[in-house]
Amino acid sequence: MSYADFPLLSLIMFTPLVGAVLLLFVSKPNTIRWVANGFAMLGFLVSLPLWFWLDTTGPDWQFVERHDWIPSIGAEYFLGVDGFSTLLILLATLIGAIAVLSSWTAITERVKEYYIFLLVLQTGMIGAFVALDFLLFFVFWEVMLVPMYFLIGIWGSANRLYSAIKFFLFTLVGSVIMLLGILAVYFYNYDITGVYTFDITRFHELNMPFEYQWWVFLAFFLGFAVKVPMFPFHTWLPDAHTDAPTAGSVILAAVLLKMGTYGFIRFSLPILPEATLVFVPWVVGLSIVGIIYGALVAMAQSDWKRLVAYSSVSHMGLVMMGIFALTPVGITGSILQQINHGISTGALFLIVGIVYERRHTREISEYGGLSKVMPAFAVVFAVMMLSSIGLPTLNGFIGEVLILQGIFVVNTWWAAAAASGIVLGAAYMLWLYQRTMFGTVDNPKNENLPDLNLREWATFTPLLILAVWIGLYPKPFLDRLETSVDHVMARVNSVYGPRNVLRDESQEAADPPELLTLDGDVPDVIEIPVRGGGR
Amino acid sequence: MPAGFSSLDFFYILPELVLTGGAMLLLLLAVLVPRRDGLLLWTALAAVALTLVLVVRFFGLDVTASRGLLAIDGFAAFFKVVVLLSAALTLLMSAPYLKVEGIRVGEYYFLILCATLGMMFMASGVELITLFIGLETMAVSFYVLVGFLKPNPRSNEAAVKYFLLGGFSLGILLYGMSLVYGVTGTTSLAGIAAALRGQDTSLVLVLAVILIGAGMGFKIAAVPFHMWAPDVYEGAPTPVTAFLSVGSKAASFAMLLRIFVVGMPSLGDEWALFFMVLAVVTMTVGNIAALTQSNLKRLLAYSSIAHVGYLLIGVVVRTERGVAAMLVYLGVYLFMQLGAFAVVAAMRRSDIVGDELKDLNGLSKRSPMAAIAMLFFMLSLGGIPPTAGFMGKVWLFGAAIDAGFIWLAVIAVANSALSIYYYIRVVVFMWINQEEPVGSPIVIGPAMRVALGVALLGTVVLGLYPQFLFEQAETAARTLQGMTAAVAVR
Repeated sequence: MSYADFPLLSLIMFTPLVGAVLLLFVSKPNTIRWVANGFAMLGFLVSLPLWFWLDTTGPDWQFVERHDWIPSIGAEYFLGVDGFSTLLILLATLIGAIAVLSSWTAITERVKEYYIFLLVLQTGMIGAFVALDFLLFFVFWEVMLVPMYFLIGIWGSANRLYSAIKFFLFTLVGSVIMLLGILAVYFYNYDITGVYTFDITRFHELNMPFEYQWWVFLAFFLGFAVKVPMFPFHTWLPDAHTDAPTAGSVILAAVLLKMGTYGFIRFSLPILPEATLVFVPWVVGLSIVGIIYGALVAMAQSDWKRLVAYSSVSHMGLVMMGIFALTPVGITGSILQQINHGISTGALFLIVGIVYERRHTREISEYGGLSKVMPAFAVVFAVMMLSSIGLPTLNGFIGEVLILQGIFVVNTWWAAAAASGIVLGAAYMLWLYQRTMFGTVDNPKNENLPDLNLREWATFTPLLILAVWIGLYPKPFLDRLETSVDHVMARVNSVYGPRNVLRDESQEAADPPELLTLDGDVPDVIEIPVRGGGR
Repeated sequence: MPAGFSSLDFFYILPELVLTGGAMLLLLLAVLVPRRDGLLLWTALAAVALTLVLVVRFFGLDVTASRGLLAIDGFAAFFKVVVLLSAALTLLMSAPYLKVEGIRVGEYYFLILCATLGMMFMASGVELITLFIGLETMAVSFYVLVGFLKPNPRSNEAAVKYFLLGGFSLGILLYGMSLVYGVTGTTSLAGIAAALRGQDTSLVLVLAVILIGAGMGFKIAAVPFHMWAPDVYEGAPTPVTAFLSVGSKAASFAMLLRIFVVGMPSLGDEWALFFMVLAVVTMTVGNIAALTQSNLKRLLAYSSIAHVGYLLIGVVVRTERGVAAMLVYLGVYLFMQLGAFAVVAAMRRSDIVGDELKDLNGLSKRSPMAAIAMLFFMLSLGGIPPTAGFMGKVWLFGAAIDAGFIWLAVIAVANSALSIYYYIRVVVFMWINQEEPVGSPIVIGPAMRVALGVALLGTVVLGLYPQFLFEQAETAARTLQGMTAAVAVR
């Protein structure tokens, strides 16, 4: 491959940062907007080759870049992607471009700083998805906090300072404890291999004693669960989402939350397979609580944006369940659902942003009958709402079905609980739609609201296309996930798959909890629907 | 020349001699050309720079000079570089500050150099009396420097407090040293280590450990010996505060490591326990007290107390990795702490003291450079990547985990998460609050610009590419005798 030596990942990662640095030297607000949009768009364009050049049958890690960074502790500048991170990177670059575009008229104060923070945030997110060195990953993971803090704190609404610091502290506490976990793995690896390294691919081959794994899992769990966010660590999310400016909420919901689930799939499962197994009932339990609690609280909201925020808690609970079903189809569905959630919830926040920009209120009761004054807007909202609910032919459906399948083979009751969340989701979403879009226009302030303009259409179009594409033909997406999921499953299976016992120590963990006594041919059974859904 | 001395001994202390010469020259110039502020500054800087060059030239040496009083080794060199750099930055930020305060600069620069000289001996000394004289040289210089704002009652109060408590703590320290001398019959650290080896731990020795630990605890401002710090930090001229919180602390840590790690390795369990308690209490109290401060200098004072707590982890761990991590952290701390104080010093204008948090309001608009620099210093102090503070913390906490002090690392990260709250508060005032406070415009002159620039560069570059610092710290740590091997807990 001729492009093998080309530092594509670095290019994708640093394009937004270059834009941010250039912005320092620009002073006219409109020029700033053009430059920022240009670089965000460029960032998306340079990430597109990943989609086409990724070899779906190829090695686990592609587009690898590897250089020494801090040799004395073995940290490296080590980048690489698989299908999973490719999809998330594409999501991040697309959402980033959309978020920048959506801010054109919404942000009028301190324009320069705003776009600089957005672009720096973009680099941080991409960096976290491409880093294969654990320390490098952690650096990017934390780098994201600061620009996000400012985005909420400076350009947010009423309670912004409180929300911003809450977001910062919650995430930070989780991540510093995760850092201890990372260091524990690092030193364990040194004791075993005699090599100082933060190389994640090596950690994937590490077999730590169960006791050790248990603690490290707990440390990782705190870091990732806050980010997802899982009940009961979710309380920062409604505040942060509600008070953030539109672009901030979009990025937060569409990409930042995926950091947590990315972390579970990339780190917790493959590095700590035995502990993962033991924690399954706990994580699933919390996920179920999150699904139902998030949905119920969403139903009770009078604030449009807060409703969408709580729906995220519910949806991400489902994603977590898909992961911790520990079946190939569950994890595949969970990854796809992460993309879907990014598309639909990102769009829903854009939708709230659009009415907020016109009316400066998010109270649901202030609206009603909008479909008459803003017909195009109503259509877009309808599609995105249905995608979020999981209507067949739209993207959400595929993800939900795969996750439910993955859970169902493990435990019927879990699947039933997860499905109840979907039903509740339909309830609060449809009710929201009914209250805002249908009925008569009884508020005179709503009578002359302009419909979507060209720029707003531009922000929605790619999301609409993706929603329909994934809904009708998800195969290209699923194909790209196959090797990633196999890679994770190989590690997880090695612990509890009776066919595949690679190790004999730590018998206490090899004895799986009751709920997970699967027979050997389960993975085969599960593969059929994946193909069926795809072809 | 007395027996046992050779010209080589003078060669080894050449950096110190040059610095002494520079200090004397300054004193002369201060009498001859008292009004030539620029010339005096350049002279002081030149003396520091020349000393620095010589210290760097001595890298790689590992000898004992002056009849076993001084060690010219990597460890000493590392600390000398740290104190000289902090002296240089302090001088740079002092120039504009002194002009606003209307202070005659000659004696002030002279005292800064004297304090630096004392610190260099603290870094090099391997004998109790030498160490003590170094400490005393530094301390006396600081007593005067802290009270340099003569018309300002707060500065006077700070000086008296520092003098009384400092003198008291030196007495305690000296008493501890005399006990050690009484038991071992020698003041040489290597001799003490040899005499203590195989000896049972007696009550006298435990008492000596506690007394010396307490004496040093005063100097590094560890809780519960920190009471003086906030008042003194607040009252002293800001550059002096900066120097006090970086240079004096670094040198005291050098002395502390030498005395305990080199001199009393066989009592390791006793003093490690002592410092472990001290570390936990110090970081927790420092951070909690900092949460509610409304004065920036006091906030930074408590924050620096918290950082002493983190640094003590390296002493507790006392492995090569632990000491190296501590050196890394000091190297990092140098830039971020001095940088933060440089911003505070820059806030001082003729009509406003500028050290309240609310004086920072809207700084991002009024002086973007200072606001950006301060943002990085705060993030770095809080340990957020990609700044140097993060690398320092990773390595320090990593050393604790490596040596099996996992719970200590947990307390430390919990503390560092807590600390973010008040560092971010500073950022809120600078970047988010927009109301314009009173006071004339902030003017950042060339000297201050260099100081801020160097500090910012250090904070960012060491965060992105800390390899150089790591290497130097590892080399330096290796030359310190008496460290324990890593504890394999797994």
